[in-house]
Amino acid sequence: MSEVIVITSGKGGVGKTTTTANVGTGLAQLDKKVVLIDTDIGLRNLDVVMGLENRIVYNLVDVIEGNCRMKQALIKDKRYPNLFLLPSAQTRDKTAVTPEQMMKLTDELKEEFDYILLDCPAGIEQGFKNAIAGADRALIVTTPEVSAIRDADRIIGLLEANEMKQIHLIVNRLRMDMVSRGDMMSIEDVKEILAIDLIGAVPDDEQIVISTNQGEPLVGRTDTMAGMAYANICRRIMGEEVPFLDLNIKTGVFAKIASLFKKN
Amino acid sequence: MGLMDFFKKKNSGDIAKDRLKLLLISDRANCSPDVMELIKNDIIQVISKYMEIDADGLDIQITQTESEGNNGSVPALYANIPIKDMHHNPANAKG
Repeated sequence: MSEVIVITSGKGGVGKTTTTANVGTGLAQLDKKVVLIDTDIGLRNLDVVMGLENRIVYNLVDVIEGNCRMKQALIKDKRYPNLFLLPSAQTRDKTAVTPEQMMKLTDELKEEFDYILLDCPAGIEQGFKNAIAGADRALIVTTPEVSAIRDADRIIGLLEANEMKQIHLIVNRLRMDMVSRGDMMSIEDVKEILAIDLIGAVPDDEQIVISTNQGEPLVGRTDTMAGMAYANICRRIMGEEVPFLDLNIKTGVFAKIASLFKKN
Repeated sequence: MGLMDFFKKKNSGDIAKDRLKLLLISDRANCSPDVMELIKNDIIQVISKYMEIDADGLDIQITQTESEGNNGSVPALYANIPIKDMHHNPANAKG
């Protein structure tokens, strides 16, 4: 059975694209056939995060307008043969696509793929409406900040009004050192405020910046907390019960001593 | 004052959580004008039993107000109901 998942947040810059890239790659690592769709028309970014920017010939709008066949626009990932990207158009705007056309597109892709991931643009306008139109479930990405959580709450309200069947929360960029001194809202705080089920918490990790610089998603890398957190999210999406990571590990006394040695 | 404030001082994480809780109450209320309209209609019905009011001039909204005793502000339902006539129908007032 295939599933269409939209990754959305309302606010920009909280990590939707990074989450899409890592969750998509992680599902491909678990031998699923996955396609990632960048629905941010005019501001495409998923291609660079995936490191596939040099291989774009056709895009989402080309497929919808019938300028090419679906197969021609899909870019096969260089690392995983069962992972594909449908890039967004850079020189068009959001009005080039309608929610009906998006539904038709995702329906067509459902025949061939296990998971169709939609990277939603920021905001609640046309681009958002297009992205959620064909989705079966939603992953809400937020950071533990007042502005991001407020926008996430608004998005959840809109998704519920649109009868989205499943809505899950990803709390991104957690800084456990700040949480423990009381200067950042905890995972529990965010869960309590938004009142939806948590599917994962991703710590703030400089390795994310490094992996984005290189165009290589870090999911599954056991040497990074973020990589392990994303891998766990993928397994939970597939229905597995995976215990949540103890994000505090790194700030423990032993880790601090270990990191002293590491630097030398 | 300084020392007491020092002990009472809240963590910024708690401040963020409290601000958000208040913010979302008004956001969520504003999100559903339908519910506000229902509340408004019910208020008109109830008050109209006792006095004649200007239904078109009635305004309700969720705001924040300083609570007594409790420190900080709490959400409040604010209603502005212009009265046209106090002695509308005394018979109804008994029922």
